[in-house]
Amino acid sequence: MKVLVTVTDVAVVDDEFEIDGLDVDERYLTYELNEWDDYAVEEAVQIAEASDDVEVVTVTVGPERSEEAIRKALAKGADRAVRVWDDAIAGRDLLDAETKADLLAAVAREEDPDLILSGVQSGDDSFAATGVTLAEKLGDEWAAVVNQLDLDTEGGVASVHRELEGGVEELTDVELPAVLTIQTGINEPRYASLRGIRQAQNKPLDVKGLADLGLDETALETPLRRTATYEPESEGEATVFEGGPDEAAGELAAILREQGVGQ
Amino acid sequence: MTVLAVAEHRRGELRDVSHELAGAGREVAEATDSELHLAVVGGDVESFGEELVREGVDRVHTVDRGEEFNHDVSVQAVEQLAAELDPDYLLLPHTVNGLDYAPAVAERLGLPLVTDAVDLAVDGNLVVTREMYGSKVETTVEVDADRAAVTLRPAEWPAAPKGGDAAVEPFDVTIDESAVRSTVTGFEEAAGGDVDIAEADVLVSVGRGIEEEDNLDIIFDLAEALDATVSASRPVVDNGWLPKNRQVGQSGKVVTPDVYIAVGISGAVQHVAGMKGADTIIAINKDPNAPIFDIADYGIVDDLFDVVPALTEEFGG
Ligand SMILES: Cc1cc2nc3c(=O)[nH]c(=O)nc-3n(C[C@H](O)[C@H](O)[C@H](O)COP(=O)(O)OP(=O)(O)OC[C@H]3O[C@@H](n4cnc5c(N)ncnc54)[C@H](O)[C@@H]3O)c2cc1C
Repeated sequence: MKVLVTVTDVAVVDDEFEIDGLDVDERYLTYELNEWDDYAVEEAVQIAEASDDVEVVTVTVGPERSEEAIRKALAKGADRAVRVWDDAIAGRDLLDAETKADLLAAVAREEDPDLILSGVQSGDDSFAATGVTLAEKLGDEWAAVVNQLDLDTEGGVASVHRELEGGVEELTDVELPAVLTIQTGINEPRYASLRGIRQAQNKPLDVKGLADLGLDETALETPLRRTATYEPESEGEATVFEGGPDEAAGELAAILREQGVGQ
Repeated sequence: MTVLAVAEHRRGELRDVSHELAGAGREVAEATDSELHLAVVGGDVESFGEELVREGVDRVHTVDRGEEFNHDVSVQAVEQLAAELDPDYLLLPHTVNGLDYAPAVAERLGLPLVTDAVDLAVDGNLVVTREMYGSKVETTVEVDADRAAVTLRPAEWPAAPKGGDAAVEPFDVTIDESAVRSTVTGFEEAAGGDVDIAEADVLVSVGRGIEEEDNLDIIFDLAEALDATVSASRPVVDNGWLPKNRQVGQSGKVVTPDVYIAVGISGAVQHVAGMKGADTIIAINKDPNAPIFDIADYGIVDDLFDVVPALTEEFGG
């Protein structure tokens, strides 16, 4: 059996930052493995550990920078990785869910996995649509926001819990092959061991461009265009206490007492 | 022109977002001189249909198919509705079930999809406002196409008021059963537990800023000094540091205490969904741009590891 996991790195913005044109200035961004993907990788690795003959392959649409996140996934137990990128892709400023799904689908068609795990969303642009779009492109079944998974590979069914709003979970059976978007909390992602990190350096990481995937630039066409990026005006009028922790705590304490707290 | 918005229901009730979709749909319909159609798939479609008769709605389509949401059925139903109504804009909820079928619908209909909209404008093209980087910045995304699908963030639009004289009409769909490859087998409530945070008057709520499980001690010390209950954001619960029944938010509990103290919590939309009804919101966070400050009444921008013990001490802890 083969499990394909979509892995991305996400930008995290510093506490203080500036916007440069249509994005936050690169100086204020750091990148890390997308939180939701970390859980998806863990779920795949656990599936591989539970039975023989499971291969875990990661796929990423991202520049060279994202290899740090990919190596992390490899260090945690994925077997090999595919990274999709070339100059044409780099030239686009907005990679919407559709475009990403097109690129991922090309890899998925080559790999022909039985199961695809994807994070519910990526923490930076939060489209939360790539996994299900990918499923539809492939003609696969899917389930979004999965927080429990029981796989019956022989019966070809994934029994999942989907975490709905308000502490309610939906229990659903989906036919394989399927794409599941994984919610945080489904498992406890492991830390990469030193040994894992060493081994990851030697695991295959293939880089593919559009042509390698049998695609051309039409795959990148999207009618979506980012037209402005700005800091939202604060709607709130929070009274902020200043003057260091002790002084601020004193003033806050006075407010709390006024409200009858702690008496 | 036509705007089509698809309602959402669960366990016998329309969800609030359905009426917000009608509210947003009305704005778009007015701006584009369009008809506004609503649809509801499954459940008690007769009463849902009546309930969806709202101001600005021209027609309500009811699809009597199944009790609960099944994405394979919804995708086919919306596909057939779209074939009949030929909508320019398709509005769907950015809810967990919206996440589970909107992308498939858009893909099948060949519509560009913009998700998690917090505002919409039509200025020749559709312009969608959305947030990035955990609400730290807003962006506008223009859709250079005649048609589009958009998912709307719940609680961003006012509900369309009841009224109007929209006709409610059943819509027949032909479901290809062989394409229904998912089966909803039931529902489960997350387990209860020792405390009910929804009952608490004062909550000290802790987020990822606390860094490690051992550090929770300072939170419990503060809660004890204030005679408060401890709740948490999702990462703290995901890490297993506190049980699920302490989680505040969209997928956790909705709380309405007199005082909510958010410690090391950024204020992600799914968290805020659970606590914005608190009377007084206090945020302790070292990031002055954390979105929690947008809804806080009082705040301290500083390191929680300094502020929390100082505050505890103020109360003799
Ligand atoms: C479908 C779905 C459902 C979800 N449901 C929920 C839900 O029910 N509840 C929920 O909470 N989340 C939910 N989430 C997750 C949500 O999107 C956020 O990931 C989460 O709320 C972030 O939690 P946080 O604020 O504790 O962590 P972060 O966003 O990481 O914020 C930590 C904050 O701590 C501050 N900080 C760090 N160190 C310090 C320090 N020393 N002193 C002071 N401040 C410090 C940082 O500045 C930051 O603002 C859901 C997500 C999805 C996709």
